[in-house]
Amino acid sequence: MSDFVQSLRLWFAPQRIRDEGETPDYRFSLANERTFLAWIRTALALVGGGFAVDQFLPDLRWGVRVGLALALLGAGVLCALRAVNHWVRCERAMRRGEDLPVSRFPTVLSLAVAVVALAMVVVVVFGWAGR
Amino acid sequence: MTQTRDPGLQPERTRLAWRRTTLTCTVVAVLAGKQAIDDDITAAGVTGAALSALVWVGFLAVGHRRIQALESPRPAALSLRGALLAAACTVALAGFAVAVVL
Repeated sequence: MSDFVQSLRLWFAPQRIRDEGETPDYRFSLANERTFLAWIRTALALVGGGFAVDQFLPDLRWGVRVGLALALLGAGVLCALRAVNHWVRCERAMRRGEDLPVSRFPTVLSLAVAVVALAMVVVVVFGWAGR
Repeated sequence: MTQTRDPGLQPERTRLAWRRTTLTCTVVAVLAGKQAIDDDITAAGVTGAALSALVWVGFLAVGHRRIQALESPRPAALSLRGALLAAACTVALAGFAVAVVL
């Protein structure tokens, strides 16, 4: 947890990243940046999924539709925030010459997406069967 | 010129990653705008559409600045401000979606 607070402080004092260690090969920084962008795209896709659930499944009951949409949107927000955090931590680790941080987040996100997908299948199948 | 260029084309790949991300952002912003102005045009709907257009322009500006910085053969690392702005645009679009859904 203190690790998280530390990296949160780095968010708002970016010059402190530059104080530490030495500048890594620019290609490593660019690779880190591309990973960050891939996570941002994932976040945007989740947000787009939230819009799509709301827009293209209007026959669902209100609670189910809102629940699914909010789950996707929440995952998108988490993903975007975590993208910045992970990027900062990787950048810092590269400057200090440490190992890159490992994270449980990809597993959690995949499980969450799988649950939402299953819920969507169940809802769509039974929603259509009921009509 | 050719010998200063990275044989792995890292700056180019990063530039294209920014383009892909901007494109994704465009799709989401269009979805947001369409959702805001759906059936009837209300003041709140127009405001929402204008705000999502604004967020899209913000993301475009961040991406464009970064793409220009990547023109150099040995570009500096992404600034924290750029990263935060890109994430903030994503969060803002999610916020509009929540407002629309509820």
